[in-house]
Amino acid sequence: MGKTIVEKIFSKACGKEVNAGEYVFASVDLAMIHDITAPLAIKAFKEIAGENGKVWDPGKVIMAFDHQVPADSINAAENHKLLRKFAETQGILNYDVKGGIAHQIMVENHVEPGMLVVGADSHTCMYGALGAFSTGIGSTDMGAVLALGKLWFKVPESIKFDVYGKLERHVYGKDVILKLIGMVGADGANYKACIYGGEVVERLNISDRLTICNMAIEMGGKAGIVEPDEVTVKYLKNVRGLDISFDFIEELKSDDEAEFQNVELDVTGMEPQVAKPHRVDNVVGVSEVEGTKVDQVFIGSCTNGRFEDLKIAAEILEDEKVAENVRLIVIPASKREYLRALKDGLVEIFVEAGALVEAPSCGPCMGGSFGLIASGEVSVSTSNRNFIGRQGSPEGKIYLVNPAVAAATAIYGEITDPRKI
Amino acid sequence: MKVKGRAWKFGDDISTDHITPGRYYHLRSNMPELAKHIMEDADPYFMKKFKPGDFIVAGKNFGMGSSREHAPLALKIAGVSAVIAKSFARIFYRNAINVGLPLLIAETEAIDDGDLLEVDLLAGKVINLSRSVTISASPLPEFMLRILNEGGLINFVKKYGDITV
Repeated sequence: MGKTIVEKIFSKACGKEVNAGEYVFASVDLAMIHDITAPLAIKAFKEIAGENGKVWDPGKVIMAFDHQVPADSINAAENHKLLRKFAETQGILNYDVKGGIAHQIMVENHVEPGMLVVGADSHTCMYGALGAFSTGIGSTDMGAVLALGKLWFKVPESIKFDVYGKLERHVYGKDVILKLIGMVGADGANYKACIYGGEVVERLNISDRLTICNMAIEMGGKAGIVEPDEVTVKYLKNVRGLDISFDFIEELKSDDEAEFQNVELDVTGMEPQVAKPHRVDNVVGVSEVEGTKVDQVFIGSCTNGRFEDLKIAAEILEDEKVAENVRLIVIPASKREYLRALKDGLVEIFVEAGALVEAPSCGPCMGGSFGLIASGEVSVSTSNRNFIGRQGSPEGKIYLVNPAVAAATAIYGEITDPRKI
Repeated sequence: MKVKGRAWKFGDDISTDHITPGRYYHLRSNMPELAKHIMEDADPYFMKKFKPGDFIVAGKNFGMGSSREHAPLALKIAGVSAVIAKSFARIFYRNAINVGLPLLIAETEAIDDGDLLEVDLLAGKVINLSRSVTISASPLPEFMLRILNEGGLINFVKKYGDITV
């Protein structure tokens, strides 16, 4: 019987051969903490290791502030101060408020194929787009990781999503993942690793692969993974100067005889997808909700805040204006993505169109910082969750879309199919 | 260990944003205050009827969404005896065990809002006293039970110095 990429990564992290279903104690390669979940994690760490205890390996812990950035309250400022001190004392790399969204920072600078990565945030499942196994954990689990460098896991079974056919114009990775979540439901992949493959996924760039891995958690998935290939190797070479050998990649990939649960999707003829309030699996084609009046549009987040996403939106917004009664908020996912957007002239296009372009952060997706919606208001968002109250008032409504739908919607003030403009 | 309390019933897919809404995250360093808002976005009147010792009963995929441990911790601090659901979202499940909030996986159709329950956590048995029905829950894996019995992961690691599975 062959092994999945997941079983291979866990076998390496455990120092012995392990298979899906086994409870194991595994060493982690990297751990990520951010401003919301780190305080509790540090509290747990100190309870285990003592007030002056040292983290297991400061070189493997990465800290970034992204949820309340820049500090939106005295409370957040105090919180940032406490975390800065911890990072300094421990010798941990801290991107502070300067790097952008922690997940994007991890992908651009730290994660490599074959790694076992944990992060104190549910969207940590995104890093699998580079062929790593990465998963979100809580603060107490993170406290134990900071102290021991290890954690217990159940090696998950894997679902293989075979996506084939041809994507239409203005249909992207976001639409593929929304469609899949709608198909299997909010718990359709609970406890399982989601491995995306097929000709459509093979053709996706890293940005879109990150989008589909990011939202694995929205169907309950423990990790999202795209088996590494030439696209992965090229990305790591270009962005990071890393030389990953094809032999290593071939060795890491799932064996042909490995066991999966299989889900198939033919995307031919599929229109842009929309997740309606208040569930991510409440997914319909854009034609069903066209004409819905909106108050705010948000383009950004770890799901769709990369240069490639901003480029899609900017091409639609160029020489256009945001509708009079609509606020458009655009937030690049990281410093790197922000600079790319600046140099390419995208920021100018957004500002000319009437958008607010904010510095890299989670923005409205945090639901407790800035860019919130009032009762009765409708938000159209490229982010990952539309739960009640996720972007402010519990009486507001959130529709999740791709960046092209978001941009077209901002211009017309109602949900708009970008293929028609 | 037997615990008695009222059941407060919810549906499927209760998210961490239902349990502890994001707009109260400025309270995260003040957990007793945050705990006053539990379940608010699933039922705005929940805290008016809830008494410490009561149970939260739900359908499938309870706790979906964020990894924020504040969700199970706030439930524990508010005094929720246990959450009984058909299934749990993965991260919430781990977090609950780690902070010492008992969970039971069981069929919950035979429990209604306001029913009086007697729950044996170790035996995984739920007696609905209001309807004279007994429901068996799936037992937790043994090592998770050990973590829960120590009151959570921190105490467990402090006591044993490591995690063994």
